[in-house]
Amino acid sequence: MFKTVSLATLVGALGATSAFAQTDISWWHGMGGRNGEVINEISMKFNEAQSACHLTPLSKGTYEEALASGIAAFRSGEQPNILQVFDAGAATIMAAKGATIAAEDLIVQAGKPFNREDFIAGVRNFYADADGKFIGMPFNSSAPIMYINTEAMDAAGVEAPTTWEEFEAVAPKLKEAGYIPLTASQLTWMFMENFKSRNNQQFATNNNGYDGIEGTEIIVNDDNTVMMFDKLKEWADAGLFGFYGAGWVDNQKPFEEGKVAFWIGSSGSFGGLQKTATMPFSAEFLPYWDSLGEGTQSFIGGAALFAMAGKPAEENACTAEFFSFLTSPEIQVYWHKNTGYVPITTAAYDMAKAEGWYDETPVAEVGIKQLMLPGGDWSKGYRMGFYPQIRTVMEREFNRIFSGEVSPKDALDTIETEANGLLAKFAKTAS
Amino acid sequence: MTASPLVPARLAAVRRWMARPAAHPAKLAQFDRPLAPWLFVAPQLLIVAIFFYWPSVQAVTSSFYLEDPFGFGAAFVGLDNYRDALASNEYRHIAGFTALFAATVTALSLGLGLLLAVKADAVMRGSGAYKTALISVYAIAPPVVGLIGMMMFDMHIGPFTQAAALFGWDMRVGIDYQDTALALITVAVWKQIPYNFIFFLSGLQAVPSSVREAALIDARSGWRRFRDVTLPLLAPTGFFLLVINITYALFDTFGIIDVMVKDKPANNPITLVYKVYLDGFKGNDIGGSSAQSVILMVVVAALTVAQFRLIERRVHYG
Repeated sequence: MFKTVSLATLVGALGATSAFAQTDISWWHGMGGRNGEVINEISMKFNEAQSACHLTPLSKGTYEEALASGIAAFRSGEQPNILQVFDAGAATIMAAKGATIAAEDLIVQAGKPFNREDFIAGVRNFYADADGKFIGMPFNSSAPIMYINTEAMDAAGVEAPTTWEEFEAVAPKLKEAGYIPLTASQLTWMFMENFKSRNNQQFATNNNGYDGIEGTEIIVNDDNTVMMFDKLKEWADAGLFGFYGAGWVDNQKPFEEGKVAFWIGSSGSFGGLQKTATMPFSAEFLPYWDSLGEGTQSFIGGAALFAMAGKPAEENACTAEFFSFLTSPEIQVYWHKNTGYVPITTAAYDMAKAEGWYDETPVAEVGIKQLMLPGGDWSKGYRMGFYPQIRTVMEREFNRIFSGEVSPKDALDTIETEANGLLAKFAKTAS
Repeated sequence: MTASPLVPARLAAVRRWMARPAAHPAKLAQFDRPLAPWLFVAPQLLIVAIFFYWPSVQAVTSSFYLEDPFGFGAAFVGLDNYRDALASNEYRHIAGFTALFAATVTALSLGLGLLLAVKADAVMRGSGAYKTALISVYAIAPPVVGLIGMMMFDMHIGPFTQAAALFGWDMRVGIDYQDTALALITVAVWKQIPYNFIFFLSGLQAVPSSVREAALIDARSGWRRFRDVTLPLLAPTGFFLLVINITYALFDTFGIIDVMVKDKPANNPITLVYKVYLDGFKGNDIGGSSAQSVILMVVVAALTVAQFRLIERRVHYG
């Protein structure tokens, strides 16, 4: 039985390659669970939609593992055609100029239409160079948003806040009603990177790192950032903020169990939360400080796809074909609905709206709306080398703040010193 | 053509050399041809060369360079990577924890393994069931052990955390450095006890019953008999386990640590090997990571030499 089946598959496979002379391309990514399945479904749709190219997706574990495998493969000349790289790894791959082909060049050379204006504002700059040329192809994009336990709102008789000042006003009432007012997953993304974006604060010299690698320094121990972390610590001490370590799920779980009023999570958490939350919930934008401004758009989180260099022209043509396919409104809406990641083009957003998706599930629209808010000078993105290591330093110091080992100011000073050391080291490798 | 008469002469010389008698025929195992043993060990040597020497040379080489992750350029920086590592407070802190972790895990898992072996050796009825129960833990893979440990110490639902709360101890594994260290050591020891147990038990069973009976006549105190007779006879096993356990604590606990800190160490205790992985694989800093692994290699080599010099001398192999 087994023999017959495998023989049949073999014959089928041989037949397929010889009959159509298909070009095979590969795609390494760092997604698991439902998101990984949707990637397989999209690849299948691509393979069915045309016959010249055959795409094989392969999960390499986490984002970090995907990047590490991609790098190792590139060094031995075995790189995939497409590599998914997460936000924090963007500077690493973009600094290695010979490692990738700019997505925009690839698509234009293949004679496909490409217009930067088609993409929603928040997505345009993060994976682009200083001139706005797309180096990476934005793919799964998310925004940090505030999920709201509506039962808690009713019990305490309060409204969800839009600013942190409003949060300070309602939090004691929520605590009195028996709830932990606030938890947040991944403080690096929520309260460092997107504190910077939502409040339009400079994150690094050299135009947030976009203008050059040499001399780029991080800015994290300024008065405003220190204020943010002083507040968090103050809230934690007063029982208004629950901190459960650096793990994502540990901070999400109390919210799912209905013990927490507000949880700062990813817009991409929505799909999972629908299954796990034990109470009704809604969502709003990540709050900002009224004292600092109007609340600008957030950085996109998630990841982008990079076309790896050193591949034959016909494979690159297939990669371009796939990138175009991926940005088509139908595929974007399919991805958006199934994962909770935001649609990256205006056309896809309009299509989801026209289909009534947001009337059914208003929460799904919060992330994209936040990415479409007016931008400021500092809300486009940031570009810092060795950033995954810098995040590790931040995670360590944040934990030390909440275990009471160091004051927020001291922790941020340490982060600034160590991060600048890493940035200087990165500048040496890139020169 | 002038060389031709020499060829048979050379061949004869080689044949004589190959057939020459070994220097100490009484002591050494004999091979008719001296090349034969080399042929036998060649596959093993090849494996050692490919999987140990070659990567070691690579690590040493790249530790002197600062390299961009994709390998487009490498700048020679001399000892900078070593200086950076050794000057970093964090690195020294991790080194300190690694030493403490290795010492505690080795001492506890050897001690408990020996205790259980002695007790199991004394059991007459149902000893097979006890032994199987004690040994079976060893069959669990390190990441699974880490996963079980993680669940036991989970800050929301962990039974150990809940038990600690009964005594008014707010255990916060993953946030509090000491609590996490305690959890890591507990799980690492639990995983290693069965291994030590197996070796100690077989060591105990190899103690001749005549010796035991003789000791029984000499001393009434069970502790004295254990100290003066059993323990010296177990010394070779104990020494072997000491070396293995230190290596285990330094390297093989990687899977446990990775799972228990959930891939995000933050300020939680980690060992030097984990730091090498973090900087090399997650941080893409190949030079710095290589320098750290060379430091580790030197430390472990020194430790092993010291063990053989200082302790093995006292071991009596009987």
